[in-house]
Amino acid sequence: MATQALAMDPYNLIITGVGGQGNVLASKLIGNMLVDQGYYITIGETFGASQRGGSVMSHLRVSAESIQGPQIPRGKAHMVVALEPTEALRVLKEYGNPGVKVITNTRPVYSLAVVCGDSPYPAMDVLKGWMDKLTAGAWFIDATDEAMKLGTAILGNVLLVGALSAVGDLPLERDRFQEVMARTMPPAKVEMNIEAFEKGQSMIV
Amino acid sequence: MQTICDGRSGEIQLMQGNQAFARGALEAGLSVVAGYPGTPSSEIVENLAKASTVRDIYVEWSVNEKVAMEVAAAASFAGLRSAAVMKQVGVNVASDFMLHLSESGVRGGMILISCEDPGALSSGNEGESRPFAKMFEVPLLEPCDMQEAKDMTQWAFELSEEIGNLVMIRSVTRLSHASGNVKLGSLPEAAPKARFKHWGTLMDADEGPVTPVPVHYRHTLMQEKLKKAVSRFEESPFNFYEGPENPEVIIVTSSACTLYSREAIRLLDVKDRVGLVKLGTTWPLPPRFMEKYLSKADIIFTVEEVLPFIEDSVKILAADISDRIGIKRFHGRGDGTLPTINELNPDLVAEGLAKILGMEYRPVAPAYAELVDEAVGAASPPRDLAFCAGCPHRASFWSIHNALEMDGREGFVCGDIGCYTLAVLPTGFSTLRTIHAMGSGTGIGSGFGKLGRFGMDQPVLSVCGDSTFFHAVMPALVNAIHNRAEMTLVVLDNSGTAMTGFQPHPGLTADAVGNEAPALDIAGIVRAMGAHVAESDPFQVEETRDKVLELIQKGGVNVLILKQSCALSPEKKGKKLFQVDLDRSVCLGENCGCNNLCTRVFKCPGLQWDAEAKSARIDEVICSGCGVCASICPSGAITKKEVA
Repeated sequence: MATQALAMDPYNLIITGVGGQGNVLASKLIGNMLVDQGYYITIGETFGASQRGGSVMSHLRVSAESIQGPQIPRGKAHMVVALEPTEALRVLKEYGNPGVKVITNTRPVYSLAVVCGDSPYPAMDVLKGWMDKLTAGAWFIDATDEAMKLGTAILGNVLLVGALSAVGDLPLERDRFQEVMARTMPPAKVEMNIEAFEKGQSMIV
Repeated sequence: MQTICDGRSGEIQLMQGNQAFARGALEAGLSVVAGYPGTPSSEIVENLAKASTVRDIYVEWSVNEKVAMEVAAAASFAGLRSAAVMKQVGVNVASDFMLHLSESGVRGGMILISCEDPGALSSGNEGESRPFAKMFEVPLLEPCDMQEAKDMTQWAFELSEEIGNLVMIRSVTRLSHASGNVKLGSLPEAAPKARFKHWGTLMDADEGPVTPVPVHYRHTLMQEKLKKAVSRFEESPFNFYEGPENPEVIIVTSSACTLYSREAIRLLDVKDRVGLVKLGTTWPLPPRFMEKYLSKADIIFTVEEVLPFIEDSVKILAADISDRIGIKRFHGRGDGTLPTINELNPDLVAEGLAKILGMEYRPVAPAYAELVDEAVGAASPPRDLAFCAGCPHRASFWSIHNALEMDGREGFVCGDIGCYTLAVLPTGFSTLRTIHAMGSGTGIGSGFGKLGRFGMDQPVLSVCGDSTFFHAVMPALVNAIHNRAEMTLVVLDNSGTAMTGFQPHPGLTADAVGNEAPALDIAGIVRAMGAHVAESDPFQVEETRDKVLELIQKGGVNVLILKQSCALSPEKKGKKLFQVDLDRSVCLGENCGCNNLCTRVFKCPGLQWDAEAKSARIDEVICSGCGVCASICPSGAITKKEVA
């Protein structure tokens, strides 16, 4: 199968969140869907100590031409997918540009500074206001809440992958998703993941 | 179960760097691998452990890195291919043996994979092990991407066997923990037989005893082996040049920095002005190969992490051959063109290259940068590292901290490496006051514990994890006991090597592969050594605090074992011990004299201060149900109910 050329090559996607939200799995999942179609994928991860409540970030780079470095240069992200809304903003500081798009979960994970009352957590409309100014398009999705309705909060990452698929910058069709799930997940879990993916797709309007 | 053995020759898979190292070792016919967990190295052994369910290999988590290298060496002496795997600091631990090993040489191909952490993304240092290759005269390889990670690992075994010595591979976090396309090769069929041939003379390298003596004979051999490696490096496909015929600047680089350098050339759009010498074999440098490309330009820019290791070698070589290549101008880590610390990225390389070329590199428009700074300042509160919700360490340090406060003599805790290192921060009530290497807290505690004669009357504590206890604490504790130090060691036993992903250790009932293994009992060992031993459940905070207080006032060497599984451990994850609730009608909020003890001081992420309601609340999703906060609320607003 000939690999389809990308409008932006390399396409630079950042998936961000807080340790334990399933960041790494989401990036692997997208990577697998694209490697299957002949793309060169490089995923750079920052995890380790970040498992303990710190920010986590995956840099996923897609190219039809060659392997890329594991770190996206400053100001060069095309898309930010955030499992936590203030993390989306933090990522824009390094990698944002006027053309960047953002898909973010609305569910906050409070940092210690917020938990103990030292820093206020911004209101969602404040965050939306900043995103309007800083991006070419931003989607706010109740991914965790919807995932909890499907049975477990952790599926929030899959919902966001579904949403990313619906935006359409990358060829992430549902059937590809199903193939990767069938290959990498225990059979009992495949269906609920597909449900979450489809739910995420339906949330991009 | 999916393993790295899946996949046919020629198939392209998305692989993590560490999986690629593991696959490369399997394709080379690896029989034995031993390591000690440490980020970013752990997945190599973990993936091989999974592979051992379908292939005939022996995989071991060793008690520490020195023993890991010894275990792997034994396999090599018996003619098998073997690998020792560790993070950068582990090579320090293994180094004593490594010196002797490189003198004695190996038989079956043997490699050391050192996964290092420039930028200290998950380390207490950004130390390097590359100088060990130079110091111990063994060849050093540095792959640049996932494909090379696999291919060079495979080649390293051949090289090791050909020269009869250890070959060292150095990875970095951005390679080990990155993923990318890897084209697979085939896996060999039959497992070789092990036989240690020791009947020859002392000078017989193939069938004699394996020793570093006679020293001068062996040292000569060792240097001949290195020369043979250099001659292979001259022809290696892992070293190459890309760029114009007549560049103004030559970049010399290796490892992930190769990809940053390529990107920097692209970002500045200078591919007609800059050439790139990509080195896969970084020590010793292949002089003929280097001469050919160093001749091409007068400016040499070395891009590497962290210290100027390749840069120094290039300078030495360039001095040796200056009559042929002329006088060069050097840039890199050494002259500040690149920062002297920290990992690199494409922007830092682009900035450095722009400086050399007299250009400007501005990745973000100033107006956007200003706006985004304002946004982050206003709406992205800082996210400091913290113990997880339900982490037993938070409870342990709460009790230790309170005991020290009650004691009132300005006692302190010496620590080492593990999640509990975070106790130097407010999340652990700033209880840890020294942090160094594995086991160092107890060695330092042993030293502090002898300063009474100089008037020091502060109670001395040390902490260590259960895996660390076996790795490096035992000798330090023996030292404290034998030398009559005054100190208390608290073993924070969370039933696994938690920080690196729950690898087993000698205190547990399973080995690396999951087979049943005899568990060594920490309390029994400590008792046999002669220390006074106490045990407690850290979730029982009052009982634990009282035990700590009793021990630090008792004198002698005491050991307190605080046993409670990690909140993220596979057996606990997602399961709550207690349903924890907060009754807002009982929480007095700002009117309580507690000064927001639960959220401001105890700081569990599951407990949150609700500024509008002026009371604390519990986040259902984050709370892991340990129930500890129910014991600390002075008004009893937090209740816990056992989950059936």
